[in-house]
Amino acid sequence: MDRNVAAQDGTLLAVQNLHTWFELRKWGFGRAGFVRAVDGVDFELPYGEAVAFVGESGCGKSTLAKTILGLYRPTKGDVIFEGRKLNEFQGREMQWYRSQVGYVQQDPYGALPPFMSVHRILEEPLIINGMKSKADREQRIVEVLEEVRMMPVQDFLSKFPHMLSGGQQQRVVVARSMILRPKLIVADEPVSMLDASVRVEILMLLRALQTSHNLAVSYITHDLSTVRYFSERIFVMYAAKIIEKAPVDELLRQALHPYTQALLTAIPDPDAENAVTFKEVPPGEPPSLINPPTGCRFHPRCAQIIKDLCNTQEPPEFEPQPKHFVGCWLYR
Amino acid sequence: MMQNGLLTVENLYLHFRATRGVVQAVDGVGFDLGRNEALVVLGESGCGKTSLARAILRLLPRNIQTYTGEVWLNGVELMGLSEEEFRREVRWVKISMVPQAAMNSLNPVVRVGDQVAEPVVAHFGLKKEALAQAKDVFQRVGVPVDFMSRYAFELSGGMRQRVAIAMSLVTSPDLVILDEPTSALDVLTQANIMNTLKRVKKEFETSFILITHDISTSSELADRVAIMYAGQIVELNDAPHFFPAPLHPYSQKLLASVPRLHEYKQPDFIAGQPPSLLNPPKGCRFAPRCPERFARCEQEPPMVDLGERRQVKCWLYPRWER
Amino acid sequence: MKRFIGFFRELTHYRSAVLGILIIGSLLALALYAVVTLPYNEAIQRWRGGEEIWGDYPRNAMPQWVTIFTGNSMPTTIILNSRDEGSVYKESQVVSGDMSTADIIMPFEYTSAGFPSEINLFLEGKSIAKKPQATMLWKTPDGRQIPLGDTTVGTAERFAISIDQRLIRRLNGLSPEIGLFADPATLAPGAKPVPLPGRYQLVIEGLTFEDNSSLEAKLVVYGQVYGLAGTDHRRRDIMVALLWGTPIALSFGFLAAVGSTLTTFIIAAIGAWFGGWLDALIQRITEINAVLPTLPILILIGTFYTRNIWVILGVVIALGIFSLGIKTYRSMFLQVKEMPYIEAAHAYGASNLRIVFQYMMPKIAPVLIPSFVTLIPTFVFLEASLAVLGLGDPVLPTWGKVLNDAYSNGALYKGYYYWVIEPAVLLMLAGLGFAVVGFALDRIFNPRLREV
Repeated sequence: MDRNVAAQDGTLLAVQNLHTWFELRKWGFGRAGFVRAVDGVDFELPYGEAVAFVGESGCGKSTLAKTILGLYRPTKGDVIFEGRKLNEFQGREMQWYRSQVGYVQQDPYGALPPFMSVHRILEEPLIINGMKSKADREQRIVEVLEEVRMMPVQDFLSKFPHMLSGGQQQRVVVARSMILRPKLIVADEPVSMLDASVRVEILMLLRALQTSHNLAVSYITHDLSTVRYFSERIFVMYAAKIIEKAPVDELLRQALHPYTQALLTAIPDPDAENAVTFKEVPPGEPPSLINPPTGCRFHPRCAQIIKDLCNTQEPPEFEPQPKHFVGCWLYR
Repeated sequence: MMQNGLLTVENLYLHFRATRGVVQAVDGVGFDLGRNEALVVLGESGCGKTSLARAILRLLPRNIQTYTGEVWLNGVELMGLSEEEFRREVRWVKISMVPQAAMNSLNPVVRVGDQVAEPVVAHFGLKKEALAQAKDVFQRVGVPVDFMSRYAFELSGGMRQRVAIAMSLVTSPDLVILDEPTSALDVLTQANIMNTLKRVKKEFETSFILITHDISTSSELADRVAIMYAGQIVELNDAPHFFPAPLHPYSQKLLASVPRLHEYKQPDFIAGQPPSLLNPPKGCRFAPRCPERFARCEQEPPMVDLGERRQVKCWLYPRWER
Repeated sequence: MKRFIGFFRELTHYRSAVLGILIIGSLLALALYAVVTLPYNEAIQRWRGGEEIWGDYPRNAMPQWVTIFTGNSMPTTIILNSRDEGSVYKESQVVSGDMSTADIIMPFEYTSAGFPSEINLFLEGKSIAKKPQATMLWKTPDGRQIPLGDTTVGTAERFAISIDQRLIRRLNGLSPEIGLFADPATLAPGAKPVPLPGRYQLVIEGLTFEDNSSLEAKLVVYGQVYGLAGTDHRRRDIMVALLWGTPIALSFGFLAAVGSTLTTFIIAAIGAWFGGWLDALIQRITEINAVLPTLPILILIGTFYTRNIWVILGVVIALGIFSLGIKTYRSMFLQVKEMPYIEAAHAYGASNLRIVFQYMMPKIAPVLIPSFVTLIPTFVFLEASLAVLGLGDPVLPTWGKVLNDAYSNGALYKGYYYWVIEPAVLLMLAGLGFAVVGFALDRIFNPRLREV
């Protein structure tokens, strides 16, 4: 990857060789190693594009999201936003950065302070970021609630989170994430705790907001089925690395990495046939992030392993088809 | 009662007393289940499906207001049995359960092998035989036998869920009720667990009642499908007919709202919210959200039998009645 | 406001809490009454005591309502003052020159079946050079006359009839309060003396030797009972201490509870949020403080430094700041710290202090309330314990002080049970009321304890 910081030609966010490690402390003193939650991730996100980060639990996608949000400090590597490195942001600039990246969380009820009304919840980010005039704040709050279609707005302002349904709570979370007019939204499993019939509603809302405001979105999920409705590109993560990147249709049509292929076979569509067929699942489990295997991290479970290559050397990124990247020796 | 019948439930009611009123969690539920059959109870959160499982197994909290109905298992009516009889002869002997988030409710200070052996010891006595049976069932669910001496925290989520399933199978029951067995698991682990359940069903002819809100996953095991809405079953159908062409408007909307991976389809969603179980509306409970409602929906529709063990609770259907 | 009413209604679901609220309500009413009817300075004044204030009160008298149980056998105090024109007769006659008689006749009815506890005669003589003289004579209803003695009368002379030795000898060794009132028929050896009901008279034959000389007298026949709460060894009406003890106990308990709970809460929140060395420091201080014994330290301060209640209150709060409550709250805050909405606040730029005070504390604050309420009686008892040990505030009338006086004067040994029971009951009621409300609040605010 080019070490040049990306120019203003449409790249909003560039992540270069990012590592986020957590130290393991042994009983008060001493170290027992690191949990390497993000272990070498590179990508670029243009303005207005929605990218899905897909992977199972423990693959590092949430840690990656939080590093981008500034909640975790990168151990190594850079997060570059509009040409400036995150590491170099001082107090005020960091505050500005936080207003540029909105956060939609997984648990709609947990994401809202239970003792604050909807009005207060939405007012907080505005107050913190210096919007002094009360009238301005009121106006912005009403504006953003209208955008997430919580109408009539007046009815909802004085409600508390426990008075709202799951879907409504998540709309408030989305409203809060948009209220500072960010350029990027990080959505970490935004619909997985909602009922099936509400999920699509919220995803479509996010899609509408994305197009109308030209927002870039990092959509983190383990539910591949929803990706088709909401993103342009997919990045598949496994064991703290991105192993495949492709446009959505391309990936779903032809997944290249054995892991991605396994994922796609394992996810069912509602079809009665499923009850009589067995699915093929790669044996074993995702590796430990403290001591990842040498070489390709998927090799212990891979049916297509190339002996003495996959288990010794980590594959670089290949581009077997235009815009379709994969980290697998099969495509060397 | 059908010939191959294992379980028949009729008019089951379960109401709880809460501070704000009476929660009518299970409101007149009836269905039947044959041997070696898997019934999936589908519904969104708050529709009463977990309460249904508890009602069948008589795992009731203290604040019961109403608990009536008939449950027939192999020709024996269960509601009439005393607590002790039920405990001794039915619970975990004939019917067992894998509760929601079972993998998180394993006892952290007891080895998993001992935990799985416990139901056998509780009902039949001898420890040595119990452990042998536990070993057998561990193999059936695909957990390596040397894991028996480990503790719960040493196992991954998927392994723990399999231990919970093993615990439900160890007494060789006729029926296992599973409440959201895979909702907290990853996709690959989920597929693995489903494979395990299918294998168990095939080899040991156990019947299953699978309770879930995940429609796609439910199709992995379902022979029959029951859709629950606001404490009632609104459709009872067999899987090959249900998934391509559901009958009840709610089921139709539900299936339409599932995002598909392997084909492109514009998804749908259902506006509004399910009614509260505290004061369910009169008449058809889905009517406020139903695109096909008409005047008659103000009265509660009966459960219409369409033959071949298919039933639907909707005024749109009597015209098809045999 | 609506939340308050709803919350109140939930509290009344617990019957014990209703009882507790009634108790606390009555105590508050009592405290209010005390403060309104008897201002602070006056209360302290009265409690300090002295002849002028309490001279006419019986010593160690039981509360008046005891007569409900014992019938009519307990007399109340009878006071006759020569300055009262209505009940006392004065006669004055010139004898010769400047010398005149100044007779005072004090009649009264005595109907009680019990004897008085004490009899005192206070004489006031006004003169310049030569003091008046007085001879006292006692007349019983059945016509006997018992001379009591004579004396010169200075400005304020007290003739303690009950302990006058000559009178005792004259009455054959009987205590005058019995001897002057007893029915002679009941004075046989082995029999129990019974007072003779009827009209008694004390006649004072006085002589003045100057023109403007005058003689006034006050006879106090002390009863055995007085008032609602009885009296103590210094003739003080215990009711004063009980009444005023209420607001003192309540405010001490309340202030100490608020002071220590709030500070503990804030410190726990700050430690939990910032973590690192600050948290470790706070934890170590807490652990050391936990080993420090509160009561002995307070005893030390009380003995060697000061017993002023405000200083003691300050020390109690200071010792209470780093109490073990910090560990409890800290564990709650550590859990809250991980909650998604805190993470979200961090993500939209909330400062550390804002997160601590406006996001974490309000979440846990409901738990504060029950522990604060149950803490109040602890401090009430602490103050009482100090007082009982003799280290209470020296001027304030408190319940503990009453107990302390009772103890130092051997109340139980002498049979003055009321002296001990009254403050003890009030202390127990205060403890009971707050504890019971606190437990109910606990059940409301801690959902896991809620009964379905």
